[in-house]
Amino acid sequence: MNATPAPATLPREEVIVARGLTRRFGDLVAVDSLDLDVRRAEVYGFLGPNGCGKSTTIRMLCGLLAPSAGEVRVLGHALPRDAEAVKRSIGYMTQKFSLYDDLSVRENLEFLAAVHGLRGENARRRLDSLYERYRLDDLRPRLAGTLSGGQKQRLALAAAVLHEPELLLLDEPTSAVDPQSRRDFWDSLFDLAEAGTTLVVSTHYMDEAERCHRLAILDRGRLVADGSPQALMANLPGATFRVDCAEPRRMQQALSALPHVLGVAQIGASLRVLTDRRDDGSWLDSQVRAVETEARVEPTSPNLEDVFVAATRTRPAAPHRDTERTA
Amino acid sequence: MNLARLLAVVRKELVQLARDRLTFAMIVGIPTLQLLLFGFAINLDIRHLPAAVLDQADTARSRELVAELASSQVLDFRYRAALPQQLEELMRRGRISAAVVIPPDFEARFEQADRPAWQVIVDGSDQSVQAAARQLATFPLASLDYGGAASRPGAAAVPGVEIVNFYNPQRRAPVNTVPGLIGVILAMTMVIFTAMAIVRERERGNMEMLIATPLSPFELTLGKVLPYVGIGLVQVSLILLLGWFVFGVPVRGSLFDVYLVALLYIGAMLMLGVFISTLARSQFQAMQMAFFTFLPQILLSGFMFPYEGMPVAAQWLAEIFPLTHFLRLIRGIMLREAGIGELWPEMAALAAFIVVMLAIAVRRFRKTLD
Ligand SMILES: Nc1ncnc2c1ncn2[C@@H]1O[C@H](COP(=O)(O)OP(=O)(O)O)[C@@H](O)[C@H]1O
Ligand SMILES: [Mg+2]
Repeated sequence: MNATPAPATLPREEVIVARGLTRRFGDLVAVDSLDLDVRRAEVYGFLGPNGCGKSTTIRMLCGLLAPSAGEVRVLGHALPRDAEAVKRSIGYMTQKFSLYDDLSVRENLEFLAAVHGLRGENARRRLDSLYERYRLDDLRPRLAGTLSGGQKQRLALAAAVLHEPELLLLDEPTSAVDPQSRRDFWDSLFDLAEAGTTLVVSTHYMDEAERCHRLAILDRGRLVADGSPQALMANLPGATFRVDCAEPRRMQQALSALPHVLGVAQIGASLRVLTDRRDDGSWLDSQVRAVETEARVEPTSPNLEDVFVAATRTRPAAPHRDTERTA
Repeated sequence: MNLARLLAVVRKELVQLARDRLTFAMIVGIPTLQLLLFGFAINLDIRHLPAAVLDQADTARSRELVAELASSQVLDFRYRAALPQQLEELMRRGRISAAVVIPPDFEARFEQADRPAWQVIVDGSDQSVQAAARQLATFPLASLDYGGAASRPGAAAVPGVEIVNFYNPQRRAPVNTVPGLIGVILAMTMVIFTAMAIVRERERGNMEMLIATPLSPFELTLGKVLPYVGIGLVQVSLILLLGWFVFGVPVRGSLFDVYLVALLYIGAMLMLGVFISTLARSQFQAMQMAFFTFLPQILLSGFMFPYEGMPVAAQWLAEIFPLTHFLRLIRGIMLREAGIGELWPEMAALAAFIVVMLAIAVRRFRKTLD
């Protein structure tokens, strides 16, 4: 009780704390010294292109893969040492559908209920509520392999939350479903968060990322930016403009070659230009007029895609971190 | 270990098995097919075997014998040889499968009836030919004048013919083959089924979901393997029944002992399957590895070739294989009416195999994905 430091008890609201989390596969560094803090009942997103390390990170947070270096605590348990304790209180929805194709919806869920130690009346009541909430009632006798993408996704979510986990990790849960199913699915996620579940979701859709409370942008295994979507957009290290011109294709080619221009995208008849100069657009204006005298430049508000492009194109030596922490 | 979780896996596995028509067909199909193939290949009632005759006696009686044999239609005499070397030549070239040799002292042998009076040489490399030769051995030469020999009491027990097997000194009958087939069929089906069933879970990605649950690898593996114990016993029963009805193979010893020994052997095969599943990355690999363990077992266990005739090194190797011990056990019980007590070293060897395999497998169980 004197000079020795108190045992590292975490504040209750820190559900995931990772420091220097790293995973190598041979020479490839799939996840490179990641620092993460995820708090209770928030929806935390991993945004990044394929192969940037989202699945690997989530697997390490579930205790499925051992980190090559770094420290992780999930729900107060150190990983990988206490992986078994963590497994009792987390739910994991895999990127690829991983329930049994040759079992019915009902057989799949009953099997998992038994695996999680739910029995008799308890199991029946829990399953009934899941059938209802995730609209699986009519699908009960159907083999899982015969379900549509959206139906499989609802079944997988029901299976992942069956034991009412404190922390739910979802790996690209919406990659195989239509837009309406995606919206419904996100409503279900917010219901869960409201009920106190912490959610970690990986995605490569900007609109989904924008709905997260907080977000980590990953690029080639490294965290290049994190914070709330609003703060990330407000603190964009650059500016976005709309350029109206007669020959957008020619203009796009001309602008793309310039230094300071991070990205040019054609939106309908106009161009959307991202620069790393936080000015009023006079520099871009002069560049644009050199190509086409009639063209006009107007500032627009940045979106997450701009944040993503700015963070991954410039790749600063030290990752840009947002200091504002209130979601 | 949690019993509820274990039972959940067993139940799930049974439901999946019942839906998997291919595996289901294999459970019944492989034993039936193999038994009939092996059984009939040996038991075929062959006629018109190409044959040659070497009549060195050339007496009235010897000519009568040849005519009698020809009329039986088992042998079709296509060649008359003058020298023994000619017979050998014909057989090596595959022109004939059998030859009848009547020695110069045929008459004397026939009168004394202490040595076989004549000889049938058969191509021992051909199973069906051997079977036909055995028929010849009991051939009733009805019209032949046996002279004094027939009137002597017990004369019928003296074989009138001697069979010499070329190329394959061991003669086999379904009685000998069927018990061994139990072992061979289980070595094939049990190992493949379990190894593939476990690897399938990894290959299809179910494992990734399961690892994130409290289910332990031990519970999962045991739960997946247990249904196959029942399936193995069903296969044993099927082979015993078919062997009895189709080939008249008896169980001379205790039926309970047969099942007890089979159970132990099934355990050994399942553990081998589990061990393979910890090595294989895909179902295809699991299948290949299963065959890799299967082939040396049938070759060296004494099923195909007699154990006594093998080099010492091969004998040592054979001692490792569960099939070697199972063959001794099952042949002992089914054919020689031996009790389990007399065969305990073989039981101990199987038990030791199970323990070693289980220990290795448990050490290799993967708690993580990598
Ligand atoms: N088991 C593995 N063995 C070797 N390389 C792997 C393995 N898993 C992932 N990787 C590699 O690590 C990188 C990150 O993969 P992943 O985490 O699946 O990315 P994401 O989920 O963001 O698409 C990729 O380059 C991938 O090829
Ligand atoms: Mg992924």
